[in-house]
Amino acid sequence: MATSIKKLPDIEQVLSGNGACGGCPATMALRMVGKALGPNAIMLLTPACSVASMGMTPKLGYNWPCINITFASAGSSASGITNAVEIMKEKGRFEGELPTVFSWAGDGGTYDIGFQALSAAAERNENIIHFCYNNEAYSNTGVQRSGATPRGTFTTTTPTGKRQPKKNMALLMLEHNIPYVATATVAYPADLYDKVVKAKSIKGMKYIEILAPCYLGWQFDMADTVQLSRMAVRSGAWLLWEADNGRITFNNPTAQFISGKKNPEAVDEYLMKQGRFSRLLQGPDAKERIAEIQGDVDREIAFMRERAKIFI
Amino acid sequence: MKTAQVIMATGANAAALAVKSARVDVIPGYPITPQTSIMEAVAGMVESGDLHARFIPVEGEHSVLAAAVAASAAGARVFTATSANGLLYMHEVLHMASGGRLPVVLCNVNRGIFAPWTLWADHQDSFAQRDTGWIQYHCSSNQEVFNTILQAFRVAEQINIPIMVNFDGFSISHCLMPLTIPAQEDIDRFLPPHQPEWRLDPAHPSSFSNVTMAAEYAPFRQMLSDDIMAAVPLVKQAAQEYRDCTGMWDGDTIETYRLEDAEVVALAVNSMAAELKLSVDILRGQGIKAGLLRPRLYIPFPADDIIQALPKNAQVMVLDRNYNFGHPGGILAAELKSILFGRRNDVTVKNRVMGIGGIDLTRRFMAAEIRAMIDEQNGVL
Repeated sequence: MATSIKKLPDIEQVLSGNGACGGCPATMALRMVGKALGPNAIMLLTPACSVASMGMTPKLGYNWPCINITFASAGSSASGITNAVEIMKEKGRFEGELPTVFSWAGDGGTYDIGFQALSAAAERNENIIHFCYNNEAYSNTGVQRSGATPRGTFTTTTPTGKRQPKKNMALLMLEHNIPYVATATVAYPADLYDKVVKAKSIKGMKYIEILAPCYLGWQFDMADTVQLSRMAVRSGAWLLWEADNGRITFNNPTAQFISGKKNPEAVDEYLMKQGRFSRLLQGPDAKERIAEIQGDVDREIAFMRERAKIFI
Repeated sequence: MKTAQVIMATGANAAALAVKSARVDVIPGYPITPQTSIMEAVAGMVESGDLHARFIPVEGEHSVLAAAVAASAAGARVFTATSANGLLYMHEVLHMASGGRLPVVLCNVNRGIFAPWTLWADHQDSFAQRDTGWIQYHCSSNQEVFNTILQAFRVAEQINIPIMVNFDGFSISHCLMPLTIPAQEDIDRFLPPHQPEWRLDPAHPSSFSNVTMAAEYAPFRQMLSDDIMAAVPLVKQAAQEYRDCTGMWDGDTIETYRLEDAEVVALAVNSMAAELKLSVDILRGQGIKAGLLRPRLYIPFPADDIIQALPKNAQVMVLDRNYNFGHPGGILAAELKSILFGRRNDVTVKNRVMGIGGIDLTRRFMAAEIRAMIDEQNGVL
C-alpha cells in the first residue's frame, strides 16, 4: 500500500514564486520529490524547463544548493559531486550527514544528449539518483521531438507526426544492472513519494522517470494535467513499475493490466484530449494511425509482461 | 627546507607526482595519447592508497571536465589531464569552468589536432582555447611541469579561475629527466588545503549558474576578464614563494636567457624553447648577439614583462608551433605584435611556423632558421 497523501511530510522544497507555467507537471513532481528527499540534498540540473523556472540569478525557487551544468553531462557531473562530498567526508572536510546527490533532467537531457554520460554513470554504479521528468518533447525550446516523443505526435520538428515510436528508457537503465529503477507520474503522488524514499535509502545508481504531461507541448487545458497523467496510465500508454536489483514489479493500476485482471482503456480518448495527436487524427487515415499508436502501447505492455518474468 | 628527493621521471610521471604532492581530492580521467600515462599513474596511486583521492574513469573528455567542475563546485581540489582532440571535446565545459569560477587545474599534453591524424606535438590545441577564460602556462621541462602544477593550484584557488598547464607530448611527457621532489612539509607550507569561500552546501542552499539577465551577466564577464589580468602578480608571487619553500625556479611570467645585450631575440614556448637556449649558444658562437625570451604564461599574456625585458632595437624572431589561420604565420607572433603596437616602435618582429605535427626541432635547425630570418629583407610577418 502506498503512503496516504494525507501523511506526506509538510516540508516544501519547491518554494513559491518560481517561474514554472501554471499546471507544470515537472514542478508538481519535484514538490513530491522534495517531500521524500528532505533538505539534505544537492540538486543538479541540465538546461531544461526546470532551470528556466528555478528563478533568475541570484534568486532560487528550490530549497537546495542547485547547480545548472552543461546539457550533455548530468551523469558525469553528478558523479563529480557525489565523489567530492564522499572524499571530503573521508578527509574530515565535510561535516554532517552525507547529502543525497540527485540530477533533475528532462527527456532531452536523459534520452538524447544526456544518454552517454548517464549510461556511463550507471555502468560505474555511481551513488546518485537521476530523475527524468519526461514531457515527451523539448518543451523548453518550444516543443521539438525527442527520443521520448511517441509515434504520431505533432511537434514543431515533426509537423506531420513523428514516424518512430519512443524508446523504453527506464528499461535501458535497468539493463545497466543498477540497484533501483522506477517509473512514476504526477497523478499518483504517493507512489512517486514511496519510490523516492526507497531510492534515497539505496547506495549506488538509482533511476526514476516521471511522466510529465505538459499542457503546452501536449496541447490541453492546463487545469487537466493530473487528469492527462491518469489517462496515460489507465490507457497503458505509461506503465508504472519498479525494479529492485533487477526484479521488476508493477504498481496499480498497471499491475492489473499486466496480470490480465483488467484491460487498459483504449488509447482513443487519451489521444483525442491532446492537440498534439488530435490535429493529425482528423484525416481519412485516422483509423490506421490510431491503430498504429495502439499497437505501440499493446506491444510495450506485452513486452514488459514477458521481460518481468526474467530474473536471475 | 627539508631534504628533497631526486628521481628519474618522465614528464607524465612528474605531473602525476605533482598531483599527489598537491593532495588532490578528485581526478576524473579518460585516456588519450600522449596524456594517458598521467591518468594511469594517478589511477595507480589512488588504488594503492598513495594518494587519498577519488579517480573517476568517465566515458569521454566532455564528461571528464563536467565531472571536474561539479566536483570543484562541491568544494574539492580537482585535477585532470588531456591532449589535442580531448581538449577540443572539452571546449564547452572549459567555458563553464571559467565562467563558474571553478579552480580546476588541467594538464594539456600538447598534440597536433585531427584531421589528418597525428600523435605528436604542436601547440594548436592549447592556443585554440585562448578565449575560454582559462589561465595558461606552457612548460619546457619535466621539473617545470611538476613545479607549475603546484603553483597553478595556488593561483587558481586564490583567484577562482581554472588553469591549464601545457607541455609537449613525447619530448616532455615520455622522456626521462632528473626530477627533484621537495619534502611534503615544504609543499604543504606552499599549498595549504583548499578552502573555497563557496561550495554546494545543503546547509546554505544557493543557486549556481541559473538564468542570468544581462544586468548581472555582463558584470560577471567583466569580472572574469579583470581577474584574469589581475593574475599576473599572483603568478609572480606563487613562483617566488615556491622558490622560498623549495629552492626551485623556472621563471615567473617569462624566462630569459642571454637576453640583456641581445640584438636578436628568439621567442617561443614549451620544449622547443629549452632547445633554443642551445641555438642561442650556437648563434653567439657565430658572432650573433642572440638571446631567448620564453613566455611561461600565455594567458594572461605578460605584456609588461615582455616589453620591459626586450632590449632596445631588438629583432624578435618568433618561432610558432601553430598556425594563425587567416594570417600568414603563427599565433604567438600576433600576440606579440598586438602588445608592442604603440609601446615599442623600436622592436621588429619576424615569424616562422615550424615543428608542426612533431617535426623534430633541433638546436642546429632552429639556429639556421634564425640566421635565415636575419638575412630576410622583408620577411613574412
